[in-house]
Parts: sequence; C-alpha cells; structure tokens
Amino acid sequence: MQQSNGYIIVFSVILTVVLGLLLSGTSQVLGPMQREAEALDKKKQILGAVISADEIDAMTPEEVNEYYSSRISSIVVDINGEEVTEQDGASVTAESVDIGKNYKRPAEERLYPVFIFHEEGNSDAVESYVFPLYGAGLWDAIWGYMALDTDMNTVGGITLAHAGETPGLGARITEGGVQERFVGKEIYNESGELVAIKMQKGEGKDYSSDPHKVDGLSGATITANGVNAMLENYLGHYQAYIESKKSSKAVATAN
Amino acid sequence: MSAETVEKEIEKKPAEPLFSKRRKKLVTDPLVDENPITIQVLGICSALAVTTQMKPTLVMAISVIFVVVMSNFVISLMRNTIPSRVRIIVQLAVVATLVTVVSEILKAFAYDMYKELSVFIGLIITNCIVMGRLEAFALGNKPYDSMLDGFGSALGYSWIILTVAFFRELWGSGSVFGIPVFDYVSGIFGPDFQLATNGLMVSPVGAFIILGLIIWVQRTKTGYVEH
Repeated sequence: MQQSNGYIIVFSVILTVVLGLLLSGTSQVLGPMQREAEALDKKKQILGAVISADEIDAMTPEEVNEYYSSRISSIVVDINGEEVTEQDGASVTAESVDIGKNYKRPAEERLYPVFIFHEEGNSDAVESYVFPLYGAGLWDAIWGYMALDTDMNTVGGITLAHAGETPGLGARITEGGVQERFVGKEIYNESGELVAIKMQKGEGKDYSSDPHKVDGLSGATITANGVNAMLENYLGHYQAYIESKKSSKAVATAN
Repeated sequence: MSAETVEKEIEKKPAEPLFSKRRKKLVTDPLVDENPITIQVLGICSALAVTTQMKPTLVMAISVIFVVVMSNFVISLMRNTIPSRVRIIVQLAVVATLVTVVSEILKAFAYDMYKELSVFIGLIITNCIVMGRLEAFALGNKPYDSMLDGFGSALGYSWIILTVAFFRELWGSGSVFGIPVFDYVSGIFGPDFQLATNGLMVSPVGAFIILGLIIWVQRTKTGYVEH
C-alpha cells in the first residue's frame, strides 16, 4: 500500500510525540531513584579507596550511607589548596562537585573536593585523604579515587572506573588485582619532588622495589597511559593542598 | 491481550486455542531448529561481549526478551497503519524507546548491573534478532502471535548466551553465578589441590570457542547444513 506524503508526515509526528512523552515520563518517574543510585555508587567508589571491596559488597545501601557519614568528612579546595565554601553565590559541598564537569574548565578554575577518612565520630583522627581523579582513557573518560596515608606520600588504595574502555583489556583497571598494584607506592621521590606513579608498558614484571612504578596492562597501554596522565595531573592540582598538610604535620611533629 | 482473542473469535469460526499446535511451534521452533544464534547466526556481538559471567548475562537475556516481545507487540498492533516507506525508521524508533526504558529502569533499580552492561543494553537496538523478527513476522501477523514469535526467538537467544556464560564463568573465573565452585571442589581434594582457571575464557575469544562448539554439537545432532 502506497501512502501519501501527508499521511507519512502526520504518522511520523504523532509517533514522535507519543514516544517522546513516554520517554520523558519514564525519566521523570525514575529520576530521583537514579540520582540516589548514582550518589550511593559514588560513595562506594570513595570508600573503595580506603576499605576492601569485599567489605563494601557485604554492606546494604543503608549501611554504606551510615558508614560513609560516620567515617568520611569532606572539604573543597582550589588549586592553591585554599578551602572553598561557595562559588558563584552558591555554597559547595564535596559531594555535589561534579568532577567530570569541572574537568572541562581550566585547571585553575576547577573545584577540588577532598574526602577525609577518619576514625568513627572523631574527624580530627585522620586516617587517610581521598582525592578524586579524572582523565581520558582510550575511548572515553576514566576516573577514580586515590587514598593517601597521613604522611601524604604513601598510597593507601585506589579505585578506578571507566565509561567505555575495552572489556578484558582497558576495562581491567576496575579489577581489584590491578588496583592493588598501587597500594604502598609513593608519590614523592627521595629529594621531595612530586613524581606520581607510572604504570609501565608490558605486564608480568616485578616492580616491588620501585616505589614509583607499577606493573602495566598488557594490550591496554593507552588506557594505562591515561591512568598515568590522570594521576600526574590531579596529584599536581592537589599538590598545594598535599604540601600544606605535609608541612603542618611536620610542624606538629617538630613541636 | 484479551481484546485480541475476542477479535479473533469474531474473525474465525472455530476460535484457535490460546496455545494451539501452530502457536507452540512459534515458540519452540527458534529454540533449536531456527535458533537465532546457532542457525541464523544473529546477535553474535552481544553473545560474545556480555557472557563472561552468568549474572549480567541473565539480566541481558531478560532485557532482550522484554524488548523483542514488546516491540513485536507494538509493531504488530500498528502494522496496518505504518507507512511502508518509513517502516524501518518506525521500527527503530519503537525499539529504541523500549531499550531506553529498559536502560533507565536498570539505572534506577540495579545500578551495578547498569554499569556492568553499560553500552550493551543500548546495543540491543542493533541486535539483528529484534529488527529481524519485526520485519519477518510482526509486520504481517496478529499481535498475540507476534508476541509468541518474539518470545520464542528471544528465548532461543537467551538459552544460548546463558550456556556460553555458564562455561565461560566456570572455566574462566571458577564460579557459577558468583559462587566459587572451583574453590569448593578443590577443597575436597585437600589444601594443596587447586583447580586452575583459564584466562582465555574471560576474553571474547573464549566465547567464540564455546559458541563454535555449541554450534558444532547442535548441527551434528540435527544434521543441519548451510544451503
């Protein structure tokens, strides 16, 4: 049956409107639940840098929220390490900062949240500092959270995530076995320069004697390079904050 | 659906039973003899990509069943009003809408699954099984029959990817549905005994091998040959 052009156009318009309404309706109804799920996932990623994945998996969503609120406090700093409490007239909290959006701005104008892992109920007894990371992998964005011990040098843990790396190759950055390679590595060299940590090319070599190198990902060198660049960039952006904490601690011990 | 059967009763003198022989064949044919993966070799991309573990594979299978059945139903309902010149776009719009709904629901209620399956849920749109059934069946048949046909095809797809996932997870990660089967079995034989897992099974190559073996076994049994 051959229909007239008018019929086709009217049909298409009606179909588009109906499907469009359906989709926006779905999105409206599910939106709040999706935002909740995203917030929970972000908390899990932050906690993943300081406690083991098995522990997190064993928790219910309520327990994660509770654990997070009793053990994590947070501040937002700028590139100079100064605390930021409001931007453009609106107050900012570390949880509401979208790292991905900030990434698109020049480094000097970005907001840098810091998540502080402390003893339960006592926010002065800091156990480690968790810094968000963001960068580009091979296909799409990669991001993560890195925990530094209170010496501001030793890596306590890292979680890495990605939007679209190749499964089985670049996507392996999300595996526990890969992330464990960073634990215990150091970001400063002996002369006190920030050198970050580099994933090496190739896989299966032992780098346990070198505090700035970790074993690479076979077949995913570009993703590994993305991780390296991300670490270097963001540790650089946080350098002012890291060093202020480092020196205040040095003063404290000198006293 | 009840409206549908009523309509049928008016049209045909003896009403066709809800599960007549012909309708059962619609569901059972795609399971083995007309299987979309092993015979028609459609939907291979997702069959290779999501089958490293049972759990995401099951979610994928359910999503595909939902999308195929619902799109067959909707397209079949509209089959007499769809202008034939733009029918592919109409099908695509309907399928894309359903897939987006599935993706949104997963994002709200199973965020971890949503993250794990990520792009592959979206890629159900391009799964040849969906469009294939719409073109080949739903455009020319009644809604209820189309739903059965879609259900059969999606089920044929599902059991194959679940079988592939079973062997890939078992041999690749030593577990089934996340339960560490290999560890239990190894424990029986004493502390020094450990069943080895094969990294090849975790990579897409493993799926090719398993899928090839399934096709081989099936074609040996049914005697099917490519024409």
